[in-house]
Amino acid sequence: MTAATAERVSTRPEATNATAGTGTLLRLILRRDRVRIPLWVGGIAFVQIAGASSYPELLPTLNDRLAHASVMTANPAMKAMTGPGHGLDGDPSLGALMATEYLGFMAVFAALMTVLLVVRHTRAEEETGRAELVRASIVGRHAHLTAAVIAAALASVALGLVVAVGHASLGIESIDWPGSLTYGGALAAVGLVFTGVAAVTSQISEYGRAASGMAGALIGLAYGLRAIGDVGDNALIWLSPIGWAQASAPYVDNNWWPLVLSAVVALVVVAVAYALASRRDFGAGLRRPRPGSATGSALLGTPMGLALRLQRSGLIWWAVGLFIAAFAMGATADALDAYSDNELLQRILESIGGATLTESFLAMMIALIAIVCAVFSVLATLRLRREETSGTGELALATAVSRTHWAFTHVLIALLGGTMLLVVSGAGVGLSAAAVTGENSLIAQSLAASLAYAPALWVTAGLAVAVFGVVPRATGLAWALVVYAFLVVYIGGLLQLPQWALDLSPYTHIPTLPVDDFSVLPVVILTLVAAVLVGAGLVGFRRRDLEAT
Amino acid sequence: MTSAISVSGLVKRYGRTVALDGLDLEVGTGEVHGFLGPNGAGKTTTIRILLGLLRADSGTATVLGRDPWRDAVPLHRRLAYVPGDVSLWPNLTGGEIIDLLGRLRGGINPRRRAELLERFDLDPTKKGRTYSKGNRQKVALIAALASDVELLLLDEPTAGLDPLMEVVFQDVIRQIKAEGRTVLLSSHILAQVEKLCDKVSIIRLGKVVQSGSLLELRHLTRTTVEADTARPATGLAGLPGVHNVETTDHRVRFAVDGEHLDGAIRALSEYGIRSLVSQPPTLEEIMLRHYGDELRDNGVTVGAEASR
Repeated sequence: MTAATAERVSTRPEATNATAGTGTLLRLILRRDRVRIPLWVGGIAFVQIAGASSYPELLPTLNDRLAHASVMTANPAMKAMTGPGHGLDGDPSLGALMATEYLGFMAVFAALMTVLLVVRHTRAEEETGRAELVRASIVGRHAHLTAAVIAAALASVALGLVVAVGHASLGIESIDWPGSLTYGGALAAVGLVFTGVAAVTSQISEYGRAASGMAGALIGLAYGLRAIGDVGDNALIWLSPIGWAQASAPYVDNNWWPLVLSAVVALVVVAVAYALASRRDFGAGLRRPRPGSATGSALLGTPMGLALRLQRSGLIWWAVGLFIAAFAMGATADALDAYSDNELLQRILESIGGATLTESFLAMMIALIAIVCAVFSVLATLRLRREETSGTGELALATAVSRTHWAFTHVLIALLGGTMLLVVSGAGVGLSAAAVTGENSLIAQSLAASLAYAPALWVTAGLAVAVFGVVPRATGLAWALVVYAFLVVYIGGLLQLPQWALDLSPYTHIPTLPVDDFSVLPVVILTLVAAVLVGAGLVGFRRRDLEAT
Repeated sequence: MTSAISVSGLVKRYGRTVALDGLDLEVGTGEVHGFLGPNGAGKTTTIRILLGLLRADSGTATVLGRDPWRDAVPLHRRLAYVPGDVSLWPNLTGGEIIDLLGRLRGGINPRRRAELLERFDLDPTKKGRTYSKGNRQKVALIAALASDVELLLLDEPTAGLDPLMEVVFQDVIRQIKAEGRTVLLSSHILAQVEKLCDKVSIIRLGKVVQSGSLLELRHLTRTTVEADTARPATGLAGLPGVHNVETTDHRVRFAVDGEHLDGAIRALSEYGIRSLVSQPPTLEEIMLRHYGDELRDNGVTVGAEASR
């Protein structure tokens, strides 16, 4: 009998055991993230539902809705930022307007949520060595991956449901149950696809940071593809999971088949992740590690050299990614001709100082990309916190390097690296726009417009430095400004925020070149504010205890 | 003898937890000083204050004649540190990290670096993330030992090293001692401390409970004496400082406090000593003396009491 049992066990297919312990791990994830997941789901749902609830007041009459809809369809910059604008011809309903303005933007956050969740519970667990401890018990090879994928899928579905129920309960006539379910389904579908994407990138790199970075870049790519597709009204949107979500046209057509497509793609991508996971060793990436240099180069022997070495590859990837994105954005200037005979747009352009359609479109795109550049600066600054808590900061600070010097090297990379990214993306927009329109002056114009945002970027990075130096446990505060700046550019006008609320974002104070005239005063003031914030952070860091584990 | 490290009344609190509660410590120049105590006693906190990474809430600390908080940078040129739990930059190789830390400290002795790499048998071409715990420890050790500094602060430096490497480590520390440099060695490996250290400080709940040379510490603890005597030694039990007397015919065994050893042996000689074995307390016994109550709370019967 013993022999028979043994035989049965040995003939069992391997895969049956590869997911052993998934249930326990899933409970572990839900326990560890019992605050984090509800915060993500609740935060996204709150902004979404609160946004939707404001529409009847913002656009009370048919004329308001008509005017609003024509801005969304007539202005290519708005189209690039928001979406295709289903149901905005004729009598646009509040539901259609809301879906156009919110869905793409909120989908980005749904994707971010699942990416961070999956990486946190797969690759990051392996990287820290915790997964090794767990895997040594009765836990299968694919249990971590399976549990993380299920958790992220649950979070996506929960987000969809909360948003659907929340919308339908608002009691707004055009925001009905079928549309709300489609809308929630669209958000969930984006979350599901990026659950799979993060599952794949977690197999590729040995580092959790790189895995979320890669997946984050793909979110950006998805947004960019649909933006270019929407402006040019072409098939590029079908390469983007966010494009599929918007193709479901909630509150207008309530198409479920693009969402089914998302679900199928999500399943395929997850299957790819499993295949990759089976091919690699525990803790390893897909690339085999190679031996490196046995001695440190002369450059590495200084704090600046160390900081550069640590941030170099990140900066290069950001530069490459932003250049491609900016170049693609600039290339859409080609498609603007289709909008040029729109009367409303001509009036808008006249009202903002008589810039050409191309100029104002590019200015808007550059304003958005400039905020993305600040994401790098905040990340580069918060690297200090990672060095501090991981223990490598202690190693460096026990040598003859002052805290101020050590911290300033990373701050410098955040400030100068961010500025470099502004130049790179300005060049990207300008070069492609000039190539497609033949107006070479656009190159210099775009460069200047992009570089003008440098002081706002410095303020954003400065806040991160101050947070690190003074309240290091609240690094989330550094991100709040970036998200807020996005919200202001994206929907600040729509929400009719008061001027002081707009002024809280440093980006509001930068003249939108070439549409506005350049003025020196805000640049000087913002630079001073940035200097004060950086100074406060460095002084605060000098005075506090180092927090190593 | 001048002091390399001089600490008095050091207090460090984390919220309600008191990590250091009036800690005093003196480490003379050129001495290898053992710093003993269980996990959580405050050893690492003390060392981090000596490095200026943490600021004490009160009390004073002087390292090589300077204030470690204010003069951290000039001080760090003259000292090297090995943490107990070394984390390395994952994408830098061991060799790069050794050179980096050496240069940030103001220079590295290339001949010594090569020699130490050889002796500790470390492959410097591997990336930080691929090293095992012992090898990460070696990277930090080599970086510290290869620089010509006056003071070494070592926080459980050999945790994770194999016994062969432990021998190499002890040899290198002896060499450093011979060069007249100072070492503060926090350790759990009592045999290592007994072999290397001139002086020892025992820390408990954020305070140094005992400090001195091993000889002095031994004097404060009971010595075990075993003797064969011509006549049965019957009258020892009543003597001051004598404990746990066991007499079987001509054989006697007892423990005696250091200060009463002389009187006890004098009394013993009355019975005609034929053979005498005296065992000085081990460092373990000295340690246990200070932690006996804690062990009892954990359900362990301690040392001399076991025979009671």
